[in-house]
Amino acid sequence: MKKELTRQQYLDLYYYMRLNRAVEDMMVKLFRQNKIVGGLYSSLGQEAISVGTAYALEKKDWLAPMIRNIGALLVKGVRPRDVFMQHMAKYDSPTKGKDGTSHFGDLDDLHIVSPISMLGDLIPVMTGVAMAGRYLGQKTVAMTWIGDGGSSTGVFHEGLNFAAVQKAAFVLILENNLWAYSTPVRKQVPLENLADRAKAYGIDSYIVDGNDVLAVYSTAKEAVERARAGEGPILIEAKSFRRMGHAQHDPAEYVPKEMRAYWEARDPIALFEKFLTSEKLLDAKGKKEIEEQVDTLLTKEREFAENSPMPPPELAETGVYCTGDDCHKIRAKWERPIAEVTPPKSSVAAVWTVPGFGSGKGSGGGNAPIHFGDTQPAETKPTEAGKSTVKQTKVAPKKTGKAAPASTSRKARR
Amino acid sequence: MPGKNGNASPGTQVTFLEAIKQAMFEEMERDPAVVLIGEDVGVYGGAFKTSEGLLERFGWERVIDTPISESAIIGAACGMSYCGLRPICEMQFIDFIVCAFNQITNFVAKGHYLWNAPAPMVVRGPSGGGVHGGPFHSANPEMYFVHTPGLKVIYPSTPYDAKGLLKAAVRDNNPVLFFEHKFLYRRITGEVPAGDYTVPIGKAVVRREGKHLTIISYAAMMHTSLEAAEALAKEGIEAEVIDLRTLLPLDEETILNSLKKTNKCLVVHEDTKTGGIAGEITAILCEKAFGYLDGPLMRVTSLDTPVPYAPTLEEHFLPNAKKIFSAAKELARY
Repeated sequence: MKKELTRQQYLDLYYYMRLNRAVEDMMVKLFRQNKIVGGLYSSLGQEAISVGTAYALEKKDWLAPMIRNIGALLVKGVRPRDVFMQHMAKYDSPTKGKDGTSHFGDLDDLHIVSPISMLGDLIPVMTGVAMAGRYLGQKTVAMTWIGDGGSSTGVFHEGLNFAAVQKAAFVLILENNLWAYSTPVRKQVPLENLADRAKAYGIDSYIVDGNDVLAVYSTAKEAVERARAGEGPILIEAKSFRRMGHAQHDPAEYVPKEMRAYWEARDPIALFEKFLTSEKLLDAKGKKEIEEQVDTLLTKEREFAENSPMPPPELAETGVYCTGDDCHKIRAKWERPIAEVTPPKSSVAAVWTVPGFGSGKGSGGGNAPIHFGDTQPAETKPTEAGKSTVKQTKVAPKKTGKAAPASTSRKARR
Repeated sequence: MPGKNGNASPGTQVTFLEAIKQAMFEEMERDPAVVLIGEDVGVYGGAFKTSEGLLERFGWERVIDTPISESAIIGAACGMSYCGLRPICEMQFIDFIVCAFNQITNFVAKGHYLWNAPAPMVVRGPSGGGVHGGPFHSANPEMYFVHTPGLKVIYPSTPYDAKGLLKAAVRDNNPVLFFEHKFLYRRITGEVPAGDYTVPIGKAVVRREGKHLTIISYAAMMHTSLEAAEALAKEGIEAEVIDLRTLLPLDEETILNSLKKTNKCLVVHEDTKTGGIAGEITAILCEKAFGYLDGPLMRVTSLDTPVPYAPTLEEHFLPNAKKIFSAAKELARY
């Protein structure tokens, strides 16, 4: 692990990982006491991914969690009581008991979009969020997560492809935890690295050790800033392991013992603690303080959750439709002159570039106009000198200069 | 005649298609939060030219051509709507809406109920048969969605309603599916007023007054029902014809009031019979007006088959004025 953050940032990352784990530990207790109505899904051992990625976002940015991203919600500002109450189907929960788990959001303040159980659907939705952010001039980035399993859905492809052609400011974290329920990743995808899928969409990707919170954070930070600069969507594959079963009911006996042992020895919190201790950022006293802080908070939050009533039955009948302005005042928050998108000033040039967007490194450092069918370089081979050379067929028409040269497209993978 | 960009001159006669174009044009002109997203809606102006001229007027940021990815269109529009935009999605043919079935029924429709997230968006596209489009370009998939709480479903029959209802749909805070019967696009003209107006969602209208029986229909079959009603009138049977206009929410009041007057009801639709809205309407009449019934509740619908291609087959498949006339005559005997 490399040292480059402020002391407070290191301690934040540590705090949120501890909080993430403690919230889930407490929910296991609640589950065993039959206080959780439905299933309980664990992110044990994957906390560095949720926390490290979400910590790279700004307050105005948008995220949409998956079921194992409670850590991301906590970083974005969700209170633990809301997570408890969602699982307990309580009236004071964000969905008032209408849905459970991490299926809730907050459009106004925290900028969180709720997931649904069908995997991949968030990818086009968050693409739309990113497109709206660009249209309104907000310079926001949208982030969501997908598992190794969810990356095989059709909507993963539709969404990521559309995000790519739109150059949407969208970061997709592909959480490869090696298991989709009981199906190992090798039976799902014939690729060593799921990040390779990015190539098909012409977007950049990174591979990161999902148990190294600093690597996750710095990669996500770079991706978020590149997306914000207009370089288009970026895929990050975070390699990790799902230490519990699919949900509480699943003992996951299909997982080889050696595999479990390997990953248990690489616990992300223990690894980070070791780093913090060796860098003298955290001592026994500091650690105890954080533990007490988490304990005190969660005792209070759990008490609140347990005291919340179940929703009254009649609530089931309400809220199917928005009844109008009294229900929701829907207003776009413009941060660019509306005249830019209103006749006669609205741009009718058919290029995918807005001022401030599309000028990043990934798009060749400038605007990226549509090309006119001129033959693109077929392949790039490194020469002995290490430089790139472009192989072109002899019949290729002369380049018009309108297409971005291949050498400017950047493969940033680690 | 309306200008190229859809500007209406006062109280003009326009086609059904022109009315839709005008509605989109005027809503985009009125509110910069309105954007259009779909396949070939930009440079080409849409497969049926319903968005012709919109790109030139509003620019590429607001008229968005997409890959052939219906789930991405609906999903992205949903995300935009969460940020305060009011996207209009075009399905090139409404048949393709089922490619985005999950996005619409699970994501878009449930958001407000579950987590208080309104999705002000419109999904519109050409639907219906009678133009020999074959089994994948003639569908009436409205009932998949009428069965989904959280959506509103509109299926107009006149240029005036098409324009007014589409404008109302754009301004509605809920996801609205808007079916445009393609048989009507260029065959039906009607007057639209010069100024801004909307038609309320969820209100049916009595198209023809009558006292002997009620024919309930919508979209293209509304015109066929009126044709049958004229033929019935020559035989002394005065049919009242109701145009539903909105299928979800259904205007029960107008339906019940008419039945209480005529005591007999025939429902006509181009959708197939099993699971069509006729079943729902007749169930409502049984529940709420059983004592008023003087005859069986009847249905004239398409056959329970896919839409066949050959003109002879499709004509056999579809309801027509003759079939409606015969059913109504039988009903009138009670």
